[in-house]
Amino acid sequence: MEKYIIKTEQIDAWLKRIIESVPRVLAPVSSGTKTEFRRIKSPEEVNNKSLTTTVSAKAAAFPPVETLFKYQKDGKDTTLTEDSFDKYPETVLWHARSCDAMGFSPLSAIFDWDYKDNIYDERRNKLTIVTFACNQSDECCFCTSVGGGPGNVEGSDIQLTMLNATDTLVEVMTEKGQKLVALLPDIFQPLSEEVDKEAVLAKIPVQFTKEEIKEHVSNAFDSPVWKRQSARCLGCGACAFVCPTCACFDIQEDAHGNHGRRLRCWDACGFSLFTQHTSGYNPRPTQATRWRQRILHKFSYMPERLGVYGCTGCGRCSRACPVDMNLQEHLISIANSNHE
Amino acid sequence: MNENIYLPHIMVIDKITVEAPGVKTFRLKFQNEEEGKAFQFRAGNFAEYSAFGEGESTFCIASAPTRKEYVECTFRHAGRVTSGLNRLEEGQTMGFRGPFGNSFPIEEWKGKNILFVAGGIALPPMRCVIDNVLDLRDQFGDVTIVYGAKSVADLVYKEELAEWNQRSDVKLVTTVDPGGETPDWKGEVGFVPNVLDSVAPNSDNTVAVVCGPPIMIKFTFPVLEKHGFKDENIYTTLENRMKCGVGKCGRCNVGKMYVCKDGPVFSKVQLNDMAPEF
Repeated sequence: MEKYIIKTEQIDAWLKRIIESVPRVLAPVSSGTKTEFRRIKSPEEVNNKSLTTTVSAKAAAFPPVETLFKYQKDGKDTTLTEDSFDKYPETVLWHARSCDAMGFSPLSAIFDWDYKDNIYDERRNKLTIVTFACNQSDECCFCTSVGGGPGNVEGSDIQLTMLNATDTLVEVMTEKGQKLVALLPDIFQPLSEEVDKEAVLAKIPVQFTKEEIKEHVSNAFDSPVWKRQSARCLGCGACAFVCPTCACFDIQEDAHGNHGRRLRCWDACGFSLFTQHTSGYNPRPTQATRWRQRILHKFSYMPERLGVYGCTGCGRCSRACPVDMNLQEHLISIANSNHE
Repeated sequence: MNENIYLPHIMVIDKITVEAPGVKTFRLKFQNEEEGKAFQFRAGNFAEYSAFGEGESTFCIASAPTRKEYVECTFRHAGRVTSGLNRLEEGQTMGFRGPFGNSFPIEEWKGKNILFVAGGIALPPMRCVIDNVLDLRDQFGDVTIVYGAKSVADLVYKEELAEWNQRSDVKLVTTVDPGGETPDWKGEVGFVPNVLDSVAPNSDNTVAVVCGPPIMIKFTFPVLEKHGFKDENIYTTLENRMKCGVGKCGRCNVGKMYVCKDGPVFSKVQLNDMAPEF
């Protein structure tokens, strides 16, 4: 890792150079009450005060809807064509958070488990992630309880930390990050003395450990906790759509007469149709069984099968839930109880 | 660079057989002969079948890997994709992705007796194994097939049933649910588990392969147990809703086990350890 100091006021000049040099730059942009990652054309569009966007950054490599291939029917024949990978632009994800960057590791684990998903891989490989360490947090944040933290650099190519009113620490983790630094090298001063990064970071208390949650939930399949926690769940799927690690998808057809596209679309385990057989039989017939799947998938099945956890503690699901289901509270209750 | 795992092979529908009301078998050939030559699968594998414009559905490969010139699938038209497939005619093209999933451990069964128990539309997942075993007939002991459907009309693979019935080296017992028989029905009348019980299968050196609706499986296992079958000698193939077939779309898992990757073939020993959500 290489460390530099830059003047905070020079960040915009650097971002301007990045926008000029890279085909696509995504950054938090506010519109009304929502802040989302949008393609930007100038540094002024960025909401630098944004703590987290409503939807996570996963769409940068796993769009809500994307084309798997196109088909053209001609008489009895069918021709299939794939999108050229040239259509996936080199992308810089700007002003993401540690919890966004961490989310790509579980996504990659799912998409590259055994069969390699070359569409995801190509988009992910073309992504450079610049995170801003969090100087603040809110009541939904619990990254420190699932192995992350406001200044965690896992998954980031570059992390910026505002040290004081004038100076920003730049940590460069990867070659991709180094390339962005090289776009305007003069503004980066090598670090002359150690700085206390921890001191400026948000203080987010550790409430539990992910290993502890795994141990509890792995033995709680038949526990009444799922019914209790999900009693007010509407099954709207918002938690899955905003989540940085939820990768479940549907495959759908976009048909226009004799031609069309096969699409991959975000899906959610909270939907009743998600697992329903054609016969009408549903192996997860109630919201309680679907909530159990959500928690067990993230905290038991994924660590056991893929070696990664499906949660970065970003708190987006809790912020997005229309009936105020708070994942952190649910996990604390799981960690503190015996569900045998 | 890896290939696009969602891109299907283009298949030509070589032959359509109407098996029962609403049930058809498609015999498919690879449009690209090279792809066809490179294609290999094992009994028990499943695949994703596309009706372009409608989508993809998951069925087992119903033909045996010992019959290499084609792949067959049998489906009942019920939803959007199967209705789309149902409208296709011989000579038209459709999509095929696979083979996916695990397979029946046929190699381990050599020298043993095999008991097949199937209900309704669940004969297709078993036909690949039956044909595979019959194509290597001298390597196995006694072969018994117990197959039932709601009514005589609902029995699928009537040609094969007639053929198996003719063979002296296969014991075939067919049955229909009470009320489903016709005046000239020569088979049994009764539910599969009861008929199986009356057949009194010998469990010595025998593997049982069970496939059918959940209710049939539920009542068949105790009958097998009663006749001395051990859990490690009982196999079934699970179905669950799937989209990708390759462990990513996130819906076919039973607890931590993925039907598309760890299955669809499971032994009763494995089923006993699995989360009760199938």
